[in-house]
Parts: sequence; C-alpha cells; structure tokens
Amino acid sequence: MRESDFEDLYENAACAQISTTMKGLILRVNRAFLEWTGYAANDVVGEKRFSDLLTPGGRIYHETHYAPLLSMQGFAREIAVDVVAADGRRLPALVNAVVREDSDGEVVRIALFPAEDRREYERELMRARRRAEESEARGRALAQTLQASLIPPTPPQIPHLDVGAAFRPAGAGDEVGGDFYDVFEIAHGAWAVVIGDVRGKGAGAAAVTALARYTLRAAAMQAKEPHGILDLLNQAMIRQLGDTFCTVLFARVAPRDERSFEVTFSSGGHPLPVYVSGAGDAAFAGRPGTIIGVLDDPPLHDDTVVLEPEALLAFYTDGVTEGRRGGDLYGEGRLLGVLTEARSSDATEIAERLVADVVEYQGSLPRDDIAVVVLKVPGAPR
Amino acid sequence: MNVIERNNISFLGPEDGQPMLFAHGFGCDKNMWRFVYPEFEDNYRIVLFDHVGAGGSDISAYDREKYSSLDGYAQDVLEICEQLDLRDVIFVGHSVSSMIGALAVKRDASRFASLIMVSPSPSFINDGDYIGGFNRSDIEELLESLDSNYLGWSSAIAPVIMGNPGRPQLAEELTNSFCRTDPDIARHFAHVTFTSDNRADLPHVKVRTLVLQCSDDAIAPVSVGRYVHEHVPDSEFALLDATGHCPNLSAPEQTVAAMKSFL
Repeated sequence: MRESDFEDLYENAACAQISTTMKGLILRVNRAFLEWTGYAANDVVGEKRFSDLLTPGGRIYHETHYAPLLSMQGFAREIAVDVVAADGRRLPALVNAVVREDSDGEVVRIALFPAEDRREYERELMRARRRAEESEARGRALAQTLQASLIPPTPPQIPHLDVGAAFRPAGAGDEVGGDFYDVFEIAHGAWAVVIGDVRGKGAGAAAVTALARYTLRAAAMQAKEPHGILDLLNQAMIRQLGDTFCTVLFARVAPRDERSFEVTFSSGGHPLPVYVSGAGDAAFAGRPGTIIGVLDDPPLHDDTVVLEPEALLAFYTDGVTEGRRGGDLYGEGRLLGVLTEARSSDATEIAERLVADVVEYQGSLPRDDIAVVVLKVPGAPR
Repeated sequence: MNVIERNNISFLGPEDGQPMLFAHGFGCDKNMWRFVYPEFEDNYRIVLFDHVGAGGSDISAYDREKYSSLDGYAQDVLEICEQLDLRDVIFVGHSVSSMIGALAVKRDASRFASLIMVSPSPSFINDGDYIGGFNRSDIEELLESLDSNYLGWSSAIAPVIMGNPGRPQLAEELTNSFCRTDPDIARHFAHVTFTSDNRADLPHVKVRTLVLQCSDDAIAPVSVGRYVHEHVPDSEFALLDATGHCPNLSAPEQTVAAMKSFL
C-alpha cells in the first residue's frame, strides 16, 4: 500500500519540505517543494541556504527572529515568509521548523505551507485596521475641535476682577463631554458668568451644549435677573429638545463700588459655588434650584454674594465633587480645603490647582469633564 | 523613573566585579545572551537589560518621539550606568545595540572601559560606495513581513522569562514568546534600526573596541564589519567562522573565546 511507502509520503507530502544544516545549507528537498517553486534539486541542494530563498526583507526577519528562535527553543512555528521561486515570483508561505539531532549532528527540518489566499486575507485585515485607526484619529480630532468650541478660546476677562478658568475633558480626551462655561458682557459694566453640565456625552451632548450657550447669551439680553434667564433657557430646551436636561448656574457680576463686586446668581440644579473670604473662611453660597429642561415651571431663585478685596467665588461642575477613587468621592470637604489653601494665588492658578488636584485624585484619567471658573477681587493697592 | 523596572534589569555574578552590560538587538530580548554571560559570571558583574518596548520592559515608558532615533536608546544606557552607578563598564551590544553603545560612548565615555560590538552595522542601506546590504525597498518589505508575523501576536500574552540554560524544552505557551512584543513598537524599532546611519559616529568611539564579525552574515556582511573596524580608532577585529547574524546563539563558544581574549 502506498501509505507504507515513506519515500512517497515524504516526496509527495501536502507541504513543501526542506532539510538544512544548522547553518542553513540545504541538504534535501522534497518533490512538492520542487514543483511549487520550479527549482531543480541541484539548483538548491548543497548550493543555497534556506535564507537565500527569501526576499531581502524576509531575510532580515529570518536572521533577527526565526534563526534566534530556532537556536533558543529548537523549533519555530507559523513564521510568515515569501519564498522567491525559480522564475522570481514570490510565493507567500507559512513555515514550521524543528531541529533534529542524529549521529551526524543537528539538522533543521522545515515545512512550508503555501499561503497565498491567507496572505491576501491578512493584507485585507491590515488595511482594515489602518482604516479603523485613521477613522479613530479623525473622530478624536473632531471631538477635540468640537470640545474646544464649547469653551471660550481665550481666558475670560472682566475689568478690575481677576477671572480664572480651567477645563479638563473626561478620559483621554477622545470624547466630547457635556461641561461648558462662558463669560460675556451683558450690559454696560455688567457681566455674565455661566457654568453648566449637559446630560450625556458625545455629539448629542455637544449639540445641547451649543444650544444652551447661545440661548443663554440671547436670554441675557431679554431678562435681567439670573433666575429669569434660566427660565428662558428652560422653555427653549423643553420646546426644542424634549428629552434632555442640564444643570446651569448663571451669575451676573457687576462692580458694587471701587473695590468690591456684587455677584447675583441662580442655580438650575447646579452645584452651589464656594465663597472664600480673604481671612480663609470657606462656605457654599446660595440656595439650590431645579434642574433645567424637565419641569415647565421650575422653582428658581436669585442669591447675592458681595466680593470684598481678597475674597473669591469658585464655580465648578460635578466632575470636581464626584471625582472618584475606587468607591470614594473627591467630595465637598476636599474642595473647600484646596480653595482655602490656594486662596492667595491668582484666579487662574487657583482654578488650575483645583483641576489638577481632582485629576490626581482619580489617578490621572477622570471619568467626567471637570470645569472650574474662579472670580477673585484683587487685594487693596499698596 | 526606576531603570531596573523600566529596562527589566537583572544582575548576576559578584557585586564588586567589573560590570559587563549586555544589550540585545532588534527582534529579541535579553535572553539572547543566555549562552554567553554564564561564561563571565564568575569574574564579572553581569547586568542584563531589555530595551524599552522589548521583553519584560515597562511598555508604558515607550515614548515614540524619544525612541525615534537610536539616541533615545543610548540615553537609556547612560541612565542605567548612572542610576546603578556602574563604572569601568564593558558594554556588549548585539547588532543595533552595538551602535547604541557607540552612541552612548560618544556622548559620555567616562563610564566605559571598553565596547564589544557583536555583528555591528553602522548603516544597513547601500549608499554609493558603501554597501550596507539593502535598499530602502527591502526595508519596506521587512516592515510588511513584521506586520504579517505579528498577526498572531496577542496583547494578552505577557512576556515570559525563560528558565534553565542549554536549549530549553519550553512549555507550549512560551512558544516564540521571547521574540514577541507590541507590533507597533516592533515596527517602529525596525524602522529606526534599519534606516539609521551612524557611520559618522564611529570615529568618536574613544574606548577600546572589539568588532565581532560572522564569516557568513546575511544582514551585516564581512565588509561592513571591516568598515566598522577601520573607522573606530582603537578597535580590534575578530572574524568568527559562523553563519548568521547572531553568533551569540549560533556560535557561542567562539563568541565567548573571542571576547575573553579581548578582555
């Protein structure tokens, strides 16, 4: 029976076979190899090394990966190579090799499996992966551009008041979060400071954020009192968007006299700002109000804080207080502590320090956006 | 930054021995010295390390910009010498790492006693009269070959350090592991390795140097080894009767003998 004919089993095996010395010199090849590559036995046996059959690039791979593997572990598996045929064609193949010892020393037995279709499939996979990577990079760039458009491009300024802001998007910065802030002039000598957080993330949240920002700017021209402005935003959101909501804090900032400012604000479900006096007493200011975009007539009200020299008022989003480390929250205590400690710095430094502290607390990869705006009245001129 | 963790450093031999710092080349990790360092273990302090991105190194320390030239790797070598306070170092580098060693010596020779370059090539790409052995298109082909060979790579497989000396009978799950690394890093390192041209740096190697050359090396031919010998001022040349690019694996006895007679 043919299956007991070992010569035939070798010569006409289902794969090409080569035996070489440890140095790679070809000692024997089977008929399947000769038919596949078009070489005559005496072209290769005793003439060529295995690596001579490879492309130059494949040769480097052979020397830097395959040969060391073979020396180190006595075998190598599933190495992809291109064998250069007698007529110069490249024949993609997968290689398995094993070192055998006999009385004459060590030989390497190599089996080559033609892998043309597989290689084409692999190339297709590589192309798909490159496309996926490119599209991911585009998505990230788009998200970052969009994110940047939702906060003021330059640090906000109000005459005679020190204004600082800091913002850190969630995660690795490849998603658009829902936090925003804005500072703009509403009437001669009066300014608006807005900070908010739209539910959700991504393109949907960005659209709501954009609507909230321009609606508030328009509403600030129609109504004067902060709670009235938030009411206009509430109506617009219910009318135009339906099933979404946000928390917003709107503050009207105006000079009270030469040295102090009056801040009147209304919170639509937004965390209350922290007031820190020049002496270092810190407390939450104002009364909570209702979230925007849910009720037709949400309970909202105004509170007023007077900022004397050296006092500060800090607005922030819940990315600060709800920053998480395991099961623990950053919390209000830490927030008050950092603001008190940092109070003698300028407003920008205070805002940046708070954001950095929250980021560090979470091990550098915050799960939510973090936005902070700090207003500080400069000290008395010396 | 802790270089011991970053570069997966291991020590052998007497603590007060003269340090031999072994650097692996492209494709493998520090295990490729396993047939060589035991021969020096009695008399020298053996320091083995993985380049960042290879073997058991801290992959998170991989900085594409830093490692976009061999200088980044040379900086790591100097940092290792400084942090471990190694003096009078015998630097043993294989292939690209022999150039990394040359760059480290060029930047600060004060910590080095000598340099052993195993299968060095200052430039793999042909340039006029200089025959590096390859064209640019060959290097592109290598990168494609890497892509194809790393398809089976899985980030779930942690690098494994191999156990006993001699040719080890490895457990199934260790198959090919010492040549595994993150495919993106391998690609980048390959690009940096095979497109670097450090010919102009050779005259600045101001320590005693040994060039170890295989008689039959398909990627760094004898003429390239001789070129290195001719351009490194205080260098000796040893031709090994060996095939391939890794005499430390294919001809460890000859490699060790040549190193010993140099030292």
